[in-house]
Amino acid sequence: MNQQNDASPKTILKIDNLESYYGPIVAIRGVSLEVREGQIVTVLGANGAGKTTLLKTISGVMDPEKGTIAFLGEEIQGQEPDRVVRKGIVHVPEGREIFPLLSVAENIELGAYTKNDKAASANDMEMVYSYFPILKERRAQAAGTLSGGQQQMLAIGRGLMAQPKLMLLDEPSLGLSPLLTQEIFEIIRRLNKEQRVTMMLVEQNARVALDTADFGYVMELGRIVMEDDAETLNNSKDVQEFYLGVSQEESQRGQKRWKQRKTWR
Amino acid sequence: MDFIQLLASGLANGCVYGLIALGFVLIYKATEAVNFAQGDFMMLGAFVCIGFANDDFMGQGFWIAVPLAILVMAVFGYLFNWGVLRHMFGQSQTSIVILTIALGFILRFIAGTIWSHEPVSLETPFAGQDIRFGGVVLGVDEMLVVVVTIILTACLFVFFSKTKIGVAMQAASQNQLAAYYMGIPVKRIQSLVWGLSGAVAAVAGILFASKGAIDPSAGLLGIKAFAAAAIGGFGSLPGALLGGIIIGIVEPLSSRYGPPGVSQIAPYAILLLVLILRPGGIFSQTQKKKV
Repeated sequence: MNQQNDASPKTILKIDNLESYYGPIVAIRGVSLEVREGQIVTVLGANGAGKTTLLKTISGVMDPEKGTIAFLGEEIQGQEPDRVVRKGIVHVPEGREIFPLLSVAENIELGAYTKNDKAASANDMEMVYSYFPILKERRAQAAGTLSGGQQQMLAIGRGLMAQPKLMLLDEPSLGLSPLLTQEIFEIIRRLNKEQRVTMMLVEQNARVALDTADFGYVMELGRIVMEDDAETLNNSKDVQEFYLGVSQEESQRGQKRWKQRKTWR
Repeated sequence: MDFIQLLASGLANGCVYGLIALGFVLIYKATEAVNFAQGDFMMLGAFVCIGFANDDFMGQGFWIAVPLAILVMAVFGYLFNWGVLRHMFGQSQTSIVILTIALGFILRFIAGTIWSHEPVSLETPFAGQDIRFGGVVLGVDEMLVVVVTIILTACLFVFFSKTKIGVAMQAASQNQLAAYYMGIPVKRIQSLVWGLSGAVAAVAGILFASKGAIDPSAGLLGIKAFAAAAIGGFGSLPGALLGGIIIGIVEPLSSRYGPPGVSQIAPYAILLLVLILRPGGIFSQTQKKKV
């Protein structure tokens, strides 16, 4: 199933046959995937493909109906979110989700809620400020007054404070200008390299995600339909057409998209 | 002279309303539920303290009874959320409203059964003492109410802005989902907030019972305190205190200078006025989320 070779680093997150429901509606149906240490893994897919649900199920905000999630060899499915954070998985949610009336500094400090080592947290805070100097400048101001891009930086910086081994990033490019998106992804790359944070990245913006990631999965209607190295996916005709907007030769009466989509399921 | 006298006793009353309103707001901010039994929490706190302190009951003395009563109410609030309300998660607001109203009735009858429905007052070391400034006579009990309210407010301010758990409580009330993502145990935080508002209610009750008699139906004061919370802007702690003080001061003044009956409707008239002119309350804290 997995096409990575054995020489690659060890698996830190292994998901097997996961199923999650919103009430009676199946949101993800039998997802299996792996994240290896030190990598950036991206999950691509259109709206409603189940990407966010997948992340929520990993971080414990939603409980799965079936399947297992193993983090560092230990099963964590169905646990409360605070226990999952303590194990080293931090979820940077979609749409920023900051604490609007608290100051920027308080927001960042809350990221270390599960940590008790004050000196280490102070160090981490300096580290966050070094990646996001604008946050240091604005540290006394209410977080709700930040711009969208700054809020996204705050959400990522706040996540770093938990000293995660694995960071789940949900649509960091949402609502940001192309330039800001580039900037955020550059920082994500640097964090991955310099701080050794493994990243699992969910994106609709497939181009920037595949440029950043080492490995990619494509989700559709709650299933994984493709998985490969980011580079291979980047060159794949299907991904190019559906997610990168590269047009193929003229389709037969414009029906091609629909037909090809059909063969994936 | 008359005016200042009324102002002083109104201020003392208003502090009690304000403290009950504070309890409303604490719970509302943390859990988005309104505890309509908050007034009865106040009443129960007063009676628990009377039960420990008064010679007719356990007779342990004022200074032992006060911390005990505060502790009992804090534990009561915590356990109520932990054992009952938490399991209502996902139910409609209406069922939570009805549940807390019913809790109020239950507490009233329990208190009546244990301590009788007759008015009692708390035996305090400073009962009946007063201080005179020129022609103004200020009861020590009334002054104490104001002083204690100021101290408690300061403590709460420090707690919410400086301690880790206090900031986490603010965070959980501003964005519950994000608090989950940060690993804040939101459910336990909510129970702690219920405990905190139980303790605040106990303080309000002790102050109330030390400056006058209390009977089990005193819990209905909660409705006035609810108006106070709404005047201040439901969701703002300083607003709740201010709303309480406004109501407390307006009541005696309107009964002294206004036609009969006005003092009973004055709090609600102010509530209406505020809702018309400034629908979010005096200190509204609504903020739109950026997309």
